[in-house]
Amino acid sequence: MLLEKLTTHLEEVKEYEREPVPASRWRGFKSFLGMYAGEHTAGTEFVIGPLFVAHGVGAMDLILGLLLGNFLAVLSWAFICSPIAVRERVTLYYMLEKICGKHLTNAYNLVNALMFCFLAGSMIAVSATAIGIPFDIPSAKLTDWLPSGLSWILIVIIVGAVTTFVATLGYDKVEKFSTIAAPWMIFVFLAAAIAVLPELGVTSWGDFLQVAQDKIWTGTPLPGQSKFTFWHILFFAWFCNMAMHIGMADMSILRYAKKWTAGFASAGGMYVGHYIAWVASGILYALFLQQNNQNLEFAPGQVAYSAAGITGAICVIVAGWTTANPTIYRAGLALQAIMPQAKTWKITLIVGSITTLAACFPALVMQLLDFVALYGLILMPMGAIIFIDYWLFPRIGLNSNLAEMKKLNFNVAALITWTGSLFSCYLLAKTTGLEIFFLGLPGWFLTALLYILSSYFYQKRFSK
Amino acid sequence: MKIAVKIITSIGLLLIIFPSIGVFYEVLSQEENKNFMLIGTILWFGPKILFKEKKEDK
Repeated sequence: MLLEKLTTHLEEVKEYEREPVPASRWRGFKSFLGMYAGEHTAGTEFVIGPLFVAHGVGAMDLILGLLLGNFLAVLSWAFICSPIAVRERVTLYYMLEKICGKHLTNAYNLVNALMFCFLAGSMIAVSATAIGIPFDIPSAKLTDWLPSGLSWILIVIIVGAVTTFVATLGYDKVEKFSTIAAPWMIFVFLAAAIAVLPELGVTSWGDFLQVAQDKIWTGTPLPGQSKFTFWHILFFAWFCNMAMHIGMADMSILRYAKKWTAGFASAGGMYVGHYIAWVASGILYALFLQQNNQNLEFAPGQVAYSAAGITGAICVIVAGWTTANPTIYRAGLALQAIMPQAKTWKITLIVGSITTLAACFPALVMQLLDFVALYGLILMPMGAIIFIDYWLFPRIGLNSNLAEMKKLNFNVAALITWTGSLFSCYLLAKTTGLEIFFLGLPGWFLTALLYILSSYFYQKRFSK
Repeated sequence: MKIAVKIITSIGLLLIIFPSIGVFYEVLSQEENKNFMLIGTILWFGPKILFKEKKEDK
C-alpha cells in the first residue's frame, strides 16, 4: 500500500515537468503565503538564531539587518523569480535544459543533490541533539568539527536510518505532518522566548531593548567566533535562500501562481521564520549561555529543552525531521533526473546514507551559516543565466534558449559562466578578504557579464 | 466534528502561548508553563492527526 502511494506521489511529482502548468492548476496568493511561512519555519531556525548570538551581533544590528535583509529577499522573489515563473510556467530544470542543455542541467542536479544531502545532514544532527537528551550524550562545542564520541555517532545513525526509511516510503505523510506542525512550531518558538525573558532580566516590555543589548545580542562574539555586523545580518538574511529566489529554484513552485505578485507571499516565510523564529531562538540560546557560564557547547535540543521542557525537545525533533525528510527526498529526485532508470527508493537510500554520514560531523551544524551561504552562491549563477537569457538576450540580438534551438546537450557559454563566476568569487574572496556572505551580489553581476560575453563569442559559431 | 476539532486545536495553541505571557507577568511558574505547553501540544496534534486519519479512511 505504501509503495502504491509512493508511486502515485511520484506520478504527481512528474506532472507538468516538461509543459506549462494549465490555468486550472493555478493557485492564489493565500496558498503561497501559508506555504512560505511553513517552509521557512524549520529546523535550521534553531541553529541560525543562536549562531547570530555566538557571532556577537549587536541588538540593533540584528533587528534592522533582519528587517532590511528579509525585505530584499522578498523583493528578489517578487521581481526576479516570480515574473519568469508565471510567464513560462515550467520548472527550473526544464528552463535550464532549454538554455544550458541536458548534460549541464545534470551537473546542476548533481551539485544540488549534494547540497541537499549536507543540509538534511545538519537537520538530522539537530534532531539528534534532542533525542540524545535522556542518554546524556556529550554535546559538541561551537568550534568542533569531528564527532564528540561513539554515542553521538550511534544516535545520529539511528535518527538518520529512521529519517531515510520514512523518506523512502512516506513523503506524503511527512508533508501533511509538516503542514500541521508549522503553526505549532511558530507558537512554541514564540512562547518559549516570552517565558524566559524574566530570567534574562526583562520585567516589562520597555526593558526589552536594554536587556537585548546587555545580555542577548551583546556585540561580543564567543571565543573562536568571528564578529558579525549589521551588514552580515542584512546579507545573510537576503542571500540565505539565494538558490531559491535569485537562483530561480522557486520557479518550480511559483509557476503555479495566478499572478507574479505571489512572489510577495514569501514575506510570510521571511518575517515569521526568518525574523520571529531567529530572534526567539537567539533569546533561548542567550539564556542557555547565561545558565551555563558561557559554555561553548551547542546543542539546539538541550537549549529548547531547558526553555520549554519536553515540548521544546519535541519541537526540535519535529523541526529537524520535517526539514530533513523532504530534503532527502528532493535530493533523491534530483539524482533520479540524472539516472531515470534507477528506482527512486534505491536512490533515496543512497542519499540517506550520505546524509547520515555527513550528520556525524558537528561541523555541519556549527558552520551552518557559511554552508547556507555557500549553497546559495554555488547555485546562484544558473539563476543569473536564466534572468539574462530571458530578459536581456532578445534585446541585444542574442539567441535565448540556445540549447533547445540548436539541439545542444551542452551550452559551453553557460558552463564557462558557471565555473568562471565561481572562480571569480573565489579570487575576490582571496584577494580582498571579502567573507562568503557578501559574495552573492558582486557574483551576480560577474555572472551576468560573463554570460553576455561568452554567449556573444559562442553564438557567433552558429551564425557562420 | 470539524468545528470540534477546530475548537480543541485552537485551545491547544492558546495553551502554548498564553501561559508564557503569565510567566512573563510572574503569575505562573516556568514549570507550570512547560506543563501547559505539553498539554497544548497534545491538543493541537491529537485531533489533527486522528481526524485526518479518519478522513483518509473514508
